[in-house]
Amino acid sequence: MIETSRNLLTFFCVFVLALIPARAEVRVDVSGVGITQIPIAIAPFKGQAVANQKPALIVAADLERSGQFRSSDPGVPLDETSRPDFASIRQQNADALLTGSVTKLPDGRFDVRYRLWDAIKGQDLGGQSFVVVASDLRLVAHKIADQVYEKLTGDKGIFSTRIAYVTKQGNRHTLWVADADGENAQAALTSPEPIISPSWSPAGDELAYVSFESRKPVVYVHEVLSGKRRVVANFKGSNSAPSWSPTGKSLVVTLSRDGGSQVFTIDAKGGDPKRITQSGGIDTEAVFSSDGSAIYFVSDRGGSPQIYRTPIAGGPVQRVTFSGNYNISPALSPDGKWLAHISRVNGRFKLHLMELATDKVYPLTDTQMDERPSFAPNSKLILYSTQILGREALMTTTLDGKITARLAGQASNIREPHWGPFPKP
Amino acid sequence: MECPLSKFIYAFFLTTLLSACASGVKLNDVPVEDKSGSAVSSAPVPAPEVQPAPEAKSAVAPVSTVTSDNLAAGPSGVTKVIYFDYDSFLVKAEFQSAIEGHAQFLKANPRAKVSLEGHTDERGGREYNLALGQKRADAVRQSLSLLGVSAAQVESVSFGEEKPAAQGSDESAFSQNRRAEFFYR
Repeated sequence: MIETSRNLLTFFCVFVLALIPARAEVRVDVSGVGITQIPIAIAPFKGQAVANQKPALIVAADLERSGQFRSSDPGVPLDETSRPDFASIRQQNADALLTGSVTKLPDGRFDVRYRLWDAIKGQDLGGQSFVVVASDLRLVAHKIADQVYEKLTGDKGIFSTRIAYVTKQGNRHTLWVADADGENAQAALTSPEPIISPSWSPAGDELAYVSFESRKPVVYVHEVLSGKRRVVANFKGSNSAPSWSPTGKSLVVTLSRDGGSQVFTIDAKGGDPKRITQSGGIDTEAVFSSDGSAIYFVSDRGGSPQIYRTPIAGGPVQRVTFSGNYNISPALSPDGKWLAHISRVNGRFKLHLMELATDKVYPLTDTQMDERPSFAPNSKLILYSTQILGREALMTTTLDGKITARLAGQASNIREPHWGPFPKP
Repeated sequence: MECPLSKFIYAFFLTTLLSACASGVKLNDVPVEDKSGSAVSSAPVPAPEVQPAPEAKSAVAPVSTVTSDNLAAGPSGVTKVIYFDYDSFLVKAEFQSAIEGHAQFLKANPRAKVSLEGHTDERGGREYNLALGQKRADAVRQSLSLLGVSAAQVESVSFGEEKPAAQGSDESAFSQNRRAEFFYR
C-alpha cells in the first residue's frame, strides 16, 4: 500500500513548483509566552506553492493560537513520504514533526497529505490524505491542525469550528460566519439597522440574534445554510439576549413585555414565553449551565450589575460575582468549570475568568474595552471583542491569559463574536 | 516497547493506512458543503424589507391618512428628546413640561401611538446597555401613565448603545447619547 501511495505521489509530483512559500500569509497575530508549549517543527508542505492556501502556515498559526504549541521550520525539504533525520529535528528542540504535501490533480482538485512524527522517539504518529476543491484547502488545513492537536494534547481541536460576528461599515450592519481563525468570512445577513448578540445553536446549524430592522429589538433564528429565518420573540417592548438551551429546543431571552427587562424561556420555534426571573429591575444576558439545569444571568437587583444563578425549574437565586460593582456578560465553559465575564475595574472593562469550583477570579487581559466572551467548544480558549489603538478587534486568549491572538477579519468595527460548537461528524 | 502501546500504534497505523487509501471516501465525512463559499453566500439574505408603513394600510381612506400623518408628527413645539444623567433613569424636572406636552397630545388624540426609544452611551456591554436604555424608556412611559395616557398608545423599546445621536467618546457625546426619544407612528 505504501508503494502504491508513493507511486501515485511521484506521478503527481510533476505539478510541484516550489517548496518555499513566496510570502508569509500568517495574519493571526499571536503574542505572549506560555509555560508549557509543545515545540513542533512544521515543514512547508511539498508543493503547497501551487495552492492559493499554504496548509503548513495555516496549521502553524492554528497551533500557535492555541497557546499550547511553538512552531518552527525544520529548514530541510520534507514531505509525508520522507524518512526524517530526527537527530537534526531534535537539535532544533522540536518534540514533534509535521510533514506533508499538496498536489494539484488533473481535475483541478488538490490532494493534501500529511504525516505527524514523534521526533523524540522517531515514531510515526499517523497521517491522512484529503482530496478537495481549492476553496476547501483552508478547511483541510484546519482539520489537520485539529488532528495534530488531538494527537499531541489529548484534547479535541477547535480549528475547524466556526465563529459568528458582526461588522458595521457606515450604516451597513453585517452578520458574518467565519472560520475559527476569522478567515473565510461569509455574510449571513446585511441590514441598515444594528444586529447584536448572535448565538450559535448547539447543532451549529442556526444562529439566534437580535435585529433592529423593525425599529425595535426583535429576536430571530436564522438557518445558516439556507438563509431562512424566523421571528422567535417579537413582543411589546424589547426582545433581546437570546441564548440556546443545551438541547437546542428552547432559548432564554430577555423581554420587557411585562415591564422591566426580565428573563424568559421560549421554544426555539417561537410561542408563549415562560418567565424565569422575578425582579423589579434588570435581569438579562442569561445563559444555560452546561447541564441545562440552571441559568446564569446579570441582574441589578443588588444595586449594581452582578451575575446570579438560579435553577431553571425555579428555586433560590444565588449571587455569583462579588468583586467590583459591574460584572456582566457571563459565558460558561462547555466543561462546566469556568465562568468568563466582563468586569469593570477603575472604569476599564476587562475580561475575567472565575473558576467555579473555588470562586477565584482572574483578570485575563491588558485591554480596556473587552466585551462578549464565549468559549471554544473544547473549553481551552475564549473569544471576545475589544479595542486596540481605538479600533475594534476580535481576540482569543488562553484561560491563563498568557497567549492572546488577534483574529483576521474586517478592518474596522468588528464586534459581537460568538464561538460555534464542534462540527457534527 | 511493550505490547499495549505497540498494538495501539499498529492499530493506529492500520487505521491511518486505511483512511489514506480510502481518502476519497474519507473526505465525504468532511462537511465540505458547509464551508465551500457557496453555502452561506448562495442563499444570501437580502437586506430586510422595509416594513409597510402604517399609512399604507389606511391609504384607502384618504381622510384617515391625513389625520395619521398629523398624528405621526406629534405635538408641535415640544421637544422629542429627554436627556438623562450618567447611570440614571430619573426624568429630570426640566423635562416635565415636555412630558406634559406629549401627554396632552396623546390624550387629545387617542389614535396617536408613540414609541419611547431609550438609548445609552457606548460604555459597557451592549446587552446590558439595551436593558439600561429600556429603563429610561420605561421611566418616560411611567411619567406619561401618571399623567393619564393609555398604555395602549405607548410602547417603550430600547436601542441601547446602538444608535448614538453624537459620535465620539467624550462626555459631550455621551451626554447627548443618554436619552429617550419620542417616535410617533
